[in-house]
Amino acid sequence: MSEDSTAGHRIVLTVNGIEHRVAVPARRLLSDCLRHDLGLTGTHVGCEHGVCGACTVLVGGVPMRSCLLLAVSVDGERITTVEGLAGPQGELSPVQQAFADCHGLQCGFCTPGFLTTITAGLAENPDPTPEQARELIGGNLCRCTGYQNIVAAVLRAAELTREAQQPEDAGEAAS
Amino acid sequence: MTTRMMGEPVRRVEDRRLLTGNGRYLDDLGADAVEVAVLRSPHAHARILDIDVTGALEVEGLLAIYTYDDLTGPLADPLPLLIPHPALTHGRTQYPLARDEVNYVGEAVAFVVAENRYLAEDAAERIVVSYQVLPPVVGIDAARAAVQLVHDDVPGNVAAHLVQEVGDAAAAIAAAPHRLELDLTVERSASTPLEGRGVLARWDGDAQRLRIWTSTQTSTGVRAAVAVKLGLDLGSVEVITPDVGGGFGVKIVHPWPEEVLVPMAARALGRPVKWTEDRREHFISAAHERGQQQHVEVGFDDDGRLLGLSVRFWHDHGAYIPYGLIVPIITSTQLLGPYKPGAYRVEFESLYTNTVIVTPYRGAGRPQGVYAMERTMDAIASYLGLDRAEVRERNFIRPDEMPYDHGLIFQDGRPLIYDSGDFPASLAKLKALVGWDDWPAYQAAARAEGRRVGIGLACYVEGTGVGPYEGGHVQVETTGKVKVATGLTSQGQGHQTAFAQIVADELGVPMSDIEVVTGDTRRFPYAVGTFASRAAVMSGSAIALAARAARTKILKVAADALEAEPGDLEITDGMVRVKGSPGTEISLGTVAVLSNPLRYAFDEASKAATQFAVGHPDSAPVAEDDEPGIEGRDYYSPIGSTFANGMHAVIVETDPDTAEITILRYCVVHDCGTLINPMIVEGQVHGGVAQGVGGALYERMAYDEAGQLLNASFMDFLMPYVSEVPRSIEIDHLETPSPLNPLGIKGAGEAGVIPSAAVFAAAISDAEGFAITAMPISPSELFELRAARAAATEPAQADSTGTADAARSQQKGDRS
Repeated sequence: MSEDSTAGHRIVLTVNGIEHRVAVPARRLLSDCLRHDLGLTGTHVGCEHGVCGACTVLVGGVPMRSCLLLAVSVDGERITTVEGLAGPQGELSPVQQAFADCHGLQCGFCTPGFLTTITAGLAENPDPTPEQARELIGGNLCRCTGYQNIVAAVLRAAELTREAQQPEDAGEAAS
Repeated sequence: MTTRMMGEPVRRVEDRRLLTGNGRYLDDLGADAVEVAVLRSPHAHARILDIDVTGALEVEGLLAIYTYDDLTGPLADPLPLLIPHPALTHGRTQYPLARDEVNYVGEAVAFVVAENRYLAEDAAERIVVSYQVLPPVVGIDAARAAVQLVHDDVPGNVAAHLVQEVGDAAAAIAAAPHRLELDLTVERSASTPLEGRGVLARWDGDAQRLRIWTSTQTSTGVRAAVAVKLGLDLGSVEVITPDVGGGFGVKIVHPWPEEVLVPMAARALGRPVKWTEDRREHFISAAHERGQQQHVEVGFDDDGRLLGLSVRFWHDHGAYIPYGLIVPIITSTQLLGPYKPGAYRVEFESLYTNTVIVTPYRGAGRPQGVYAMERTMDAIASYLGLDRAEVRERNFIRPDEMPYDHGLIFQDGRPLIYDSGDFPASLAKLKALVGWDDWPAYQAAARAEGRRVGIGLACYVEGTGVGPYEGGHVQVETTGKVKVATGLTSQGQGHQTAFAQIVADELGVPMSDIEVVTGDTRRFPYAVGTFASRAAVMSGSAIALAARAARTKILKVAADALEAEPGDLEITDGMVRVKGSPGTEISLGTVAVLSNPLRYAFDEASKAATQFAVGHPDSAPVAEDDEPGIEGRDYYSPIGSTFANGMHAVIVETDPDTAEITILRYCVVHDCGTLINPMIVEGQVHGGVAQGVGGALYERMAYDEAGQLLNASFMDFLMPYVSEVPRSIEIDHLETPSPLNPLGIKGAGEAGVIPSAAVFAAAISDAEGFAITAMPISPSELFELRAARAAATEPAQADSTGTADAARSQQKGDRS
């Protein structure tokens, strides 16, 4: 009587540049598909109602809450998760490096959602003011840091990006 | 020369894996596990008449359904009462699955295992439970009235009644020149880590062994409890704490029903089983904290010095009391803060209600105690027309009075003796940081512009590093790498970094050669857990002692090899050298090889330790009092807690029309003794302050009269986003080292949250000109308070004399 085994929908997701063909039930959340079908457990689920932002991934370069998307609804899309932010040799992206430099994470559970959100935000606005940095992260919850060092990390990431003078960063690669 | 690591803002070694999606949290494990959904009570108080699982049985992929009747042996008994206390005369704990009766919305009733979570939930929703609904007890007023009882055999809903008294407080208050009474309330909030609870268990039928991963603050506690509940030898159970997505207290409770049921099912089914809590489950079936009513009576002299203090409070601990009286005991003792109370009497009742259990949440009863004391200090200052900082200063314990014995029993069953602290120095720092002396002019100028601004000040003392003990193990491998283990767990505090800093300094090895493991009973089976700001104090000290033991062994082996005296050796950058003799050196890896006499060589380096290469024919290869290998193991078990302290000030502005409350500045002076890593400590303070802002201005558990939690989601429970926290948290440190441990450290984890309710109540009172006595406070509540006050003072002109007048009218002042 369940659709889980009988009603698999075949979909194609290009995640971090790699094409995956999976069969999922219609009700499979994108967050569960990424985590449990593809084994990409870096995307975290904090509330399953779209408020905390921990599950944020980039769909076509745009930050979206993967707990509010059905996997079948993003068939054919290009998706970037936290696993796709570092460079080919594992070098941290400017946003990841800035979080390490500024102590922008403690338990690390909400962090993937911040990293993807900020990556997309800086692609759009590479030189945010402190006020814009706060706005950029205004939809993500963190219970550990009090956000002070995350705001600092946004500004530091912008600085690192400018220093590196590399226009094609991870956020661009996803779009 | 190796750079000293202690005290440096060393970047965290944890971060790389957490930033690249390579953390391993509970739900990231067990890809092959079958999954659990828990059917929970929809009623706050009801009798279970029948549970019909028939409809669920046809769900494809269903593996098992358990109800209370399926539990056998110790599993059929109530869960443990973790911390017994003589005053806890009516302690009740829940069964892993409800037996006959449910006592809060969210209590586990049936446990469903299926091929995945979707299917388990399909089955759970097809189970039909018939309930006879009983009247619930919701809130402290209802619990005190005791018209209804939560448990039929607990009269008055009172689990415990405890009194502590030093001197004759009633007499001291009666004889005092001035007296005040205050009635105060604090509502519930909760830890609310971003990752909920979760458990994964694997039963190895061949070896008859159980391995459990759980998102806990005590792996050794879970191990002991599961072994008892499943009838297994301790040695047959391993508990591993993976990366944990925040704890803040809630995960110290153990075993949760799911922590015994998941292993039970794994053993029965012969398959790995996993339960991952969802957000609604966390709100309705984990734990809350904070809810108290307080009545304070105080007597004081013309200078505002306390002569007698008597506090009664009523503590709402929810439907069961597995964690005992820790929270109200902490409130009743830590209420005293940095002050000498004169004669002191404290009395509390811990009350059952048909709501989620109450167990420690960061601060653990201290925020409520500090709130009671600091509201009292402000009331005294207001009553006498004195400066609030001055009144506090006059009541401080002075540095030359340390160690200071309050004559009370603390939460660890030991005397409440402050080991260290310089409160006048801390206050001077805070006054300078916030510009306390310039405040009257600032406030007057703002008022002239029609703005309402207020400043609040609150002080606290925090007992940290409670016992009984922690241990550390340090091993130098033949590669020269240093492996460190301690039994307590980590939830984001950066232990892998901080503990490595300690070992780097003790052993003279680079950070990159040190690996720290926490919370894995395979690596260190003796431990207590991570709570009460104790990890750095307890495990940090134990690891330092273990590293010193390893160092002694290193120097002994190296001295033999280098034909030198141990005292002439030094270790830098992983090399043991004879001081002043460049070139005479040996690597730690080689020392490790030489420390373990071998019969069989396994590589080129190990040949040096074989029996035809080393040793004297007339002595045993391993001396009688020695052991092979370079290992140090030691424990730290202090006589009593060490006491950190701090003082916060906040400046707020309240909107004259909308009553919106805006934070203009937030300042912290913090003394946690010697700092291991100031970057991590400041991060802990930031996080605590943000949680404090939440608890003071936004967060509450909105129960209706039926015991339904109306805001059990992140949509409705207002956890602060960045937009709610101060733009900047200004921090100054004072370091008065603790004399109690080898590193001089005191705990820092909870500090940021402790004075929040007090400091915001003070600042808003200052802005508004009347005393705030119920926290948290929302703009609409402040709006209502203004309206009520305006109505009460009509037709007389609105108050213009500030809080002094307010205190007289709002509190039952008695100038005798």
